[in-house]
Amino acid sequence: MLTERELRLKSAQYRKTLLRLIKACGSGHIGGDLSCLDIINVLYNRILRVTPESFKSPDRDYYIQSKGHCAEALFVVLAERGFFPEKDLETLNRYGSHYIGHPTRDVYGVEQNTGALGHGLAVAVGIALAGKIDRKDYRVFTLLGDGELAEGSNWEAAMMAAHYRLDNLVAIVDRNGLQITGSTEDVCQLAPLDEKFEAFGFAVQRCNGNDIGELVRTFDAIPFRPGKPTLVLAKTRKGKGVSFMENVAKWHHGVPNDDEFSRAIGELEAAEAALA
Amino acid sequence: MELALANLETFATTLLELARQDSDLLVVTSDSRGSAKLAPFAKAAPGQIVEVGIAEQNLVGVAAGLAAAGKNVFAVSPACFLTARSLEQIKNDLCYSDRPVTAVGISAGVSYGALGTTHHSLHDYAVLRAIHNIVIVAPADNFETRAAVQAAARSTKPVYLRFGKKRMPHLPRVESSFELGRASLIREGTDLSFLACGETVAPAYEAAELLAKEGIQCRVLSLHTLKPLDQAAIRNAATETGGVITVEEHSVNGGLGEACAAFLLQEAFIPGSK
Repeated sequence: MLTERELRLKSAQYRKTLLRLIKACGSGHIGGDLSCLDIINVLYNRILRVTPESFKSPDRDYYIQSKGHCAEALFVVLAERGFFPEKDLETLNRYGSHYIGHPTRDVYGVEQNTGALGHGLAVAVGIALAGKIDRKDYRVFTLLGDGELAEGSNWEAAMMAAHYRLDNLVAIVDRNGLQITGSTEDVCQLAPLDEKFEAFGFAVQRCNGNDIGELVRTFDAIPFRPGKPTLVLAKTRKGKGVSFMENVAKWHHGVPNDDEFSRAIGELEAAEAALA
Repeated sequence: MELALANLETFATTLLELARQDSDLLVVTSDSRGSAKLAPFAKAAPGQIVEVGIAEQNLVGVAAGLAAAGKNVFAVSPACFLTARSLEQIKNDLCYSDRPVTAVGISAGVSYGALGTTHHSLHDYAVLRAIHNIVIVAPADNFETRAAVQAAARSTKPVYLRFGKKRMPHLPRVESSFELGRASLIREGTDLSFLACGETVAPAYEAAELLAKEGIQCRVLSLHTLKPLDQAAIRNAATETGGVITVEEHSVNGGLGEACAAFLLQEAFIPGSK
């Protein structure tokens, strides 16, 4: 099991790989990728009981990325974990490639095709319910964007998760507070998300979703309440790790120019060096 | 003609038989078990029915998740809601993600009658025909229903099964076999062909019997599978009888008639030519 320091180092390396990938292929949801990368890192390197070898096992843990537009962050982690060669990602977004702007099951390691928002939680509820019916001990994790919580389908699924007492279900909200138009609270207020999910029957904990230690401790405490589905409200910064991208809505989707790219890589290398 | 059961009743009894043989078979309903004739199923196999409440988007999303975990899922809801409100879940969670769920649209077409447009589904063939990776089936009678439910349970692709509410007669059959994607020949004829699907096959057959008294011999085909379309049967009906009349309980836009017309146009068929 990786130590927290090793996980931090991984995050710095993943961020560099991600930047290079998006720069090379010329597109990507860079802001959201950077906000949720630490969460995906901790899940795949510490929490999820799934490896390339066990990916087809009926007893594996499941990860459904409902915020499918941050596929690049998932692909970077899956490649490094050995689900497919990192070199394959050179074809990202090219005609004929399986590596497109949203996760698809054509990519080894991806559980469900996502991209349209508000779909992941219901699918995760179905998998978790099957686990309860079959008395399996796998867990189902799903990563939701905060902006996508405006989709009503999430709340249908949330209600059902509590009704069936799915304490093998873990929903994580990447609460970066920004969507393409601007602040989530200006577009259509989401707060108070913790109270809303509690009212829907979830056991909720907040954490800093860009703090490896807090993520580890929060995930280690799951389920927060037996008999209740789990909601981790992970406060993050969109664009995390690159100073000029942090908390700036225009980096929802975009590619750094050469100068921006050099500065970003420089900042990430400095962060990596500080950890080494 | 003497009426037998509504196809929906045959669906429910067939499903219970299948559930007894396959403990992984699950039925998911959206407060729809009563109208789907599934109350006896729920009583006999309470561990194999999942209720989601009045939440059709969730119905299909959850069905996809259950299938992802290895369950053989039938998701049942009125066709009007299932194929409109949860169309995106059908498209992405079932078809694009390749989950072999059977989506069962009940009380389809104008079955709900005076309840009005909110409850009619005259769009379902059209919207689903445009979606990749789904089999669309509207069985004509109890025999086709039973065979279609069995075939759907074995299918490795998503299936849409469409049922009305009316009691149906047992239709005569020239061949007793049933295969998804292959039209069933109900009546042989040389002068004209009726191509029908679902509950409209029976009146098409009755019309053919009336025309026979006038000396006009009509072929009647049950095109129970709208997708994939049995092109050979349509081509043969047109070229061997010189003309086709399509009959369906659906909008003229995007349904069986348009599918047959488009195919025969591509075949450069000229009506009246044999």
